[in-house]
Amino acid sequence: MDLRNTWDKWPDANGRFGEFGGRYVAETLMPLVLELEAEYRKAKRDPAFVAEMQDLWTHYVGRPSPLYFAERLTEHFGGAKIYFKRDELNHTGAHKINNCLGQVLLARRMGKKRIIAETGAGQHGVATATICARFGLECVVFMGETDVERQKPNVFRMRLLGAQIVPVSSGTGTLKDAMNEALRDWVTNVETTFYCIGTAAGPHPYPEIVRDFQSVIGREARAQILEREGRLPDAVMACIGGGSNAIGLFHPFIDDEGVRLIGVEAAGHGIETGQHAAALNGGRPGILHGNRTYLLQTDDGQIIDAHSISAGLDYPGIGPEHAFLRDMGRAEYLSCTDDEALEAFQLCTRLEGIIPALEPAHAIARVGEVAKDLGKDGLMILNLCGRGDKDVFSVAKALGVDV
Amino acid sequence: MGRTRIEAAFAKARAENRAALVTYLMAGDPDLETSYGALCALRDNGADIIELGAPFTDPMADGAAIQKAGLRALAGGTKLTDVIALAARFRKNDQTTPLILMGYANPVHSMGYEAFAEAAAKAGIDGSIIVDLPPEEDAPLREIYGRHGLSVIRLATPTTDEHRAAKVSEGASGFIYFVAVTGVTGAGSADPAAIAGRVAMVKRVSGLPVCVGFGVKSGAQAAEMAKIADGVVVGSAFVEKAGDAHATGRFEAAGPAMGMLAHELRVAIDSVRKA
Repeated sequence: MDLRNTWDKWPDANGRFGEFGGRYVAETLMPLVLELEAEYRKAKRDPAFVAEMQDLWTHYVGRPSPLYFAERLTEHFGGAKIYFKRDELNHTGAHKINNCLGQVLLARRMGKKRIIAETGAGQHGVATATICARFGLECVVFMGETDVERQKPNVFRMRLLGAQIVPVSSGTGTLKDAMNEALRDWVTNVETTFYCIGTAAGPHPYPEIVRDFQSVIGREARAQILEREGRLPDAVMACIGGGSNAIGLFHPFIDDEGVRLIGVEAAGHGIETGQHAAALNGGRPGILHGNRTYLLQTDDGQIIDAHSISAGLDYPGIGPEHAFLRDMGRAEYLSCTDDEALEAFQLCTRLEGIIPALEPAHAIARVGEVAKDLGKDGLMILNLCGRGDKDVFSVAKALGVDV
Repeated sequence: MGRTRIEAAFAKARAENRAALVTYLMAGDPDLETSYGALCALRDNGADIIELGAPFTDPMADGAAIQKAGLRALAGGTKLTDVIALAARFRKNDQTTPLILMGYANPVHSMGYEAFAEAAAKAGIDGSIIVDLPPEEDAPLREIYGRHGLSVIRLATPTTDEHRAAKVSEGASGFIYFVAVTGVTGAGSADPAAIAGRVAMVKRVSGLPVCVGFGVKSGAQAAEMAKIADGVVVGSAFVEKAGDAHATGRFEAAGPAMGMLAHELRVAIDSVRKA
């Protein structure tokens, strides 16, 4: 079989996925993103770089993550067989570390000793702080002031790991403001600093780099399902904030036209309320944080704050490759409200004995409909991209339980 | 029209053997009426070129002063169309002072490049500085601006080498805005000695006047920069006057305060007249 695919040629030389992506950054940063791209091209072809990453993925992160047959959830919905890709079993409890490891190894190659990152729920921050501790690098994490308050355990974990947390009060003090502040830091400390972006967005080459590092998820899942079931799945599903876990799962299947790629956005209180984080289902194309993509914005082009119960999905944009896949009709994007995610969180916990993070709970909330649609002969994989320990307190609060 | 007015402003400063004073204010901060008064006060007190800031929710290249100014303007309901209308109002009584719109790509993209360019040209705006549209991304805008006689003003920075300077110069007109420090607006202070060589290089490569900004707040700093550049840009210091007016509720104080600062800067720049 010819595995070369027509979708895999993106991004183009200008960092574009069709009309999305690009490098919309201040001139001060242009030499840096161009240098990063050149260095990444070299690293990708360097067997030593690939071997070091592979070794750490295996022995430090704990890859490959298992592909698990969610038998009781499958029975519950009575449709297609549902498999979980267990990326919540990675070191630090989420898929974020796949990418952090790759980027920090790149930073070391480039001689950068100071790593900065933005974080919302704190998962990317924790993963970055972890890898920085492992390599003895300075780590500064920008986090919205409100998130610092809401995510105290992760803030403490990052501090234990030696990271400096910078609470961001500018703008509205949310994830997008943390990203603005990280960009401001980067523009100020261009010589010493590497910006480790946590999602498949930002200026080229970040969407490509993050996708490539996260594609380990889909590569493993593809091989594992072929071994277990002897065939490709009918659908793969993942939740979408910026979209790094989803693109990591989707990309190795992108050429398999028979495999449906299904992303689930956070609909917050409902898309019709305006309080949501569903950039594809409730936004329109615009330019923010270095790329052209779908954004939540006013008629006048001002960015609207996202809302989701899940801090990890609480972002007004989405990675440019998702914008492209949606417009080209290659991937489908559904949405799920806060309440539906809470229900799915509990359902998965009780039926499978796995407490999922609120982020993948959004995908779980839609998995039943897709499973029924595919029917009993169907086969699907859902990326369980994070574990729910971090969410126990916010779930308790949402359910009115005093912990 | 746009390019002509900018060229005329630099020609005038050159004829007077001095650098041009380029001032910035955030349109709609604290309100549009105050901004109109401030525009006139800046012009009357020696500003050669005025940058009119268009507010954006996520100004990644700006420091605290301009971030807050943008949020104040947005809280007051200022839209991009209001900024253009403000320019048109000013242009009715002033045919010579160039107005440069400065802001971020998304509001302009949202309005549509063609619609924006047409409205801006009609309002008497002379060009724009769109911070997050580097030469790699502004080709569509450049083509449209060409048809409307608007200038694409680009940024050069301490990270701009000769190769990059050539890229930055492609299709640029009016002037090059040299960002004196790696960092955000209003932060730190620039060392003229450290950047003089690079400013000269950018001038040589681009063949355009070079204005230096970021970190220039006082008359003394402006005078130092005036020695090495064709123009000196001051932004955050003006925006802070609008912030003071907002804080005290005395909006009418903003224009005169900005005028006084412009005067002080202009006197300082004039004191280092070039041979």
